[in-house]
Amino acid sequence: MSGFFNIFIIPGGLLLIFMLFSLIRLILGPTVPDRIVALDTINTLVVAGMILVGAAYEEVIYIDVAIVYALLSYIGTLYVAKYLEGGSEK
Amino acid sequence: MGTLLAVLYILLGIGVFFNGLGSVGLLRFPDVYTRLHAATKATTFGSIFTSLAVIIYGFSRWNITGDSNFRVLALHTIVALICLIITNPTGAHAIARAAHRSGIMPKQAVIDELKEAKLK
Repeated sequence: MSGFFNIFIIPGGLLLIFMLFSLIRLILGPTVPDRIVALDTINTLVVAGMILVGAAYEEVIYIDVAIVYALLSYIGTLYVAKYLEGGSEK
Repeated sequence: MGTLLAVLYILLGIGVFFNGLGSVGLLRFPDVYTRLHAATKATTFGSIFTSLAVIIYGFSRWNITGDSNFRVLALHTIVALICLIITNPTGAHAIARAAHRSGIMPKQAVIDELKEAKLK
């Protein structure tokens, strides 16, 4: 059914454009927490876009990849935040 | 089928609109705390709505066609949505705490009551 394909792939493309906007902040960001915030936003948008693409192509494996990506990006964000916090204390 | 299409249009529209607001706020706001406020809350809200659209689509197609592939699609999307809802605010709190601990003040701030309270 190509009608449903278009319904889900067009918001996926729009999320890709928003990811590029966030990438501008990741490159420009004056401090390190700005870049972490931009990376966290890109991760959330990647998870949402991967769910949309999985629904568009009717493939369940994309959504499984999105679950693992969400958990791994959470661990990465916590690790970098912990590193930043510990670096200032000592 | 027409009702399903209308519901999908509304949910995807709300989701994409709030995701766009989040990324524009990330570009436009002046310091890290307001950027965190815009980016994290708006993108979590938008992602909840786009995932809800996929869940409703999966259950509706499973109801119409009886293909169990769509049921698996909807259930896995529910699991991904739960992971997103749990992990995203926690990561935002960790980032804000790390930014305050590393000495970054909000723009135009004069006093820092959190530092004066000397909480550990």
